[in-house]
Amino acid sequence: MLELDNLSVLRGQCPVVDSVSAQVDAGELIGLIGPNGAGKTSLMRGALGLIAARGRSSLAGLDPMARARAAAWLPQAREIAWGLSVAELVALGRLPHGRDTQGAGAAAVEEALRRMGLETYRDRTATHLSGGEQAQVLIARALAQESPLILADEPIAGLDPAAQIATMEVFEAHARAGGAVVTSLHDLGLAARHCTRLWVMDRGRLVADGKPQEVLTEQLLAEVFHIRAHFRITPEGPVFQPLSTLGI
Amino acid sequence: MSYRAILIWLSVACATLFLASLLIGPSGISPLQGLSALISGDGAAGLVMRELRLPRALLGLGVGAALGLSGAAMQGFLRNPLAEPGLIGTSAGAALGAVIAIQTGLYAIFALALPLAALAGAGVAVALILILAGREGRALVLILAGIAVSALAAAATALVLNLAPSPYAAAEIVFWMMGSLADRSMTHVALALPFLIVGAAILLRAGAGLDALSLGEDAAASMGISLKKLRLQIVLGTALMVGAATAVAGAIGFVGLVVPHLLRKPVGARPSRLLPASALGGAAMLTLADIATRVIAPERDLKLGVLTALVGAPFFLSMIRKMGREG
Repeated sequence: MLELDNLSVLRGQCPVVDSVSAQVDAGELIGLIGPNGAGKTSLMRGALGLIAARGRSSLAGLDPMARARAAAWLPQAREIAWGLSVAELVALGRLPHGRDTQGAGAAAVEEALRRMGLETYRDRTATHLSGGEQAQVLIARALAQESPLILADEPIAGLDPAAQIATMEVFEAHARAGGAVVTSLHDLGLAARHCTRLWVMDRGRLVADGKPQEVLTEQLLAEVFHIRAHFRITPEGPVFQPLSTLGI
Repeated sequence: MSYRAILIWLSVACATLFLASLLIGPSGISPLQGLSALISGDGAAGLVMRELRLPRALLGLGVGAALGLSGAAMQGFLRNPLAEPGLIGTSAGAALGAVIAIQTGLYAIFALALPLAALAGAGVAVALILILAGREGRALVLILAGIAVSALAAAATALVLNLAPSPYAAAEIVFWMMGSLADRSMTHVALALPFLIVGAAILLRAGAGLDALSLGEDAAASMGISLKKLRLQIVLGTALMVGAATAVAGAIGFVGLVVPHLLRKPVGARPSRLLPASALGGAAMLTLADIATRVIAPERDLKLGVLTALVGAPFFLSMIRKMGREG
């Protein structure tokens, strides 16, 4: 779905993404984790071709409309300029499909609203909703795009716990249905529970790539995040709890 | 009311006001007389109808549509309800061109020198904007470039006024800058029309891009919209329409600001829907304002731009107050 080969993004002379090679396959929900400023956003924007990057991304070379049908992007800035209705906003996701507001397009919009539990919000004005609700509407917009791959930049930041879990479950369902999701997030507990794979970034480099229990080791948490944490596999799945900082 | 119904009503309003604009005037021609004279073209009434009122009514629709449509496009592009078509400097550039034509006396020799010089001024302004705002420039850079070019053109206009050879030339320049549709000919219509049509065609095609832009530049780009192409579309379309409108009518403010704002509630906030509605709304509003100048002060030649500013500015203030209250 996505192949990155030695991808680098420069800001001035300084590489904010440094020679990252990685691959995303169908069925994967990849959690992109790392401290602030590690290059998570730049990696995803570079992979999409939204910013200039060196190296190769399988998406960046596509024609913009074809790329939009292959991958949806959910920026961290939750911008809604006008008082669009929720249904109108979600329908914007159909733009790469040439504005098919009837038939398949309308069905995709309905399905996206249903998956995010927003059916009753259809006619509400998006800008009048709370920040968390707006975030969910914007996720529905990305789902309506019906692209196999979704790249999301901290989509669950600012959501209540139920909405966070529900959003991760929506992503899991998308991956199970043959799609794939790459999402950056800071909640390592949710990352450990829901993601099939974690990418850990630190100072522009991809320093670990593997299953959560393989990646979230005591040593990595100390080196990259400067924290100590509990990580246990319980009958109810993996449980991760940060305990204290180690000082820098 | 459905979107289609609103467009139909706006079209009906345009047609009605167009007819009213043809039939209202100081020469005391009765409506029936006027219509038959317009068709036959006979006598003094025929001359008044065909040479004075018809171009005036046509320009009312054309200039109004230009201001409404480019205002809606500019607001959509900058994602700001306070944006207006003059923001990218084309109207200031056109005004400078026109003022130079008056100052040099060129237009006394050759009547079309004025609108042609204005068009050239608008062209120079837009070229400067595109150079200043660069190829990758974001919306903010475009606004700043527009402000700089407008300020430069305004200063140059003031300089020309400052150096005016006689008080008559100065008065003529000042009156022209107030904006009017009086005493325009079919030549003016023929001159402006191609620019208005091409500009409108460019702007009306920008709807989908502007819709996507509601979610921010990054989201729009990820949905397959080329921001570079969109910016070029908006700048060129607005420059063609506003440049031509200013060239034939002078500076007319507030229509491009107020019309999209008034229509945003009934039509819905989606920029693509607001574009055609604002073109029709602008045409209706400017024609109405032009009729009003003739009805309010038939003997005094009340300038159209003065009237639109007098009505538009308080409306603008109330808009700002409302936005302040909504926080």
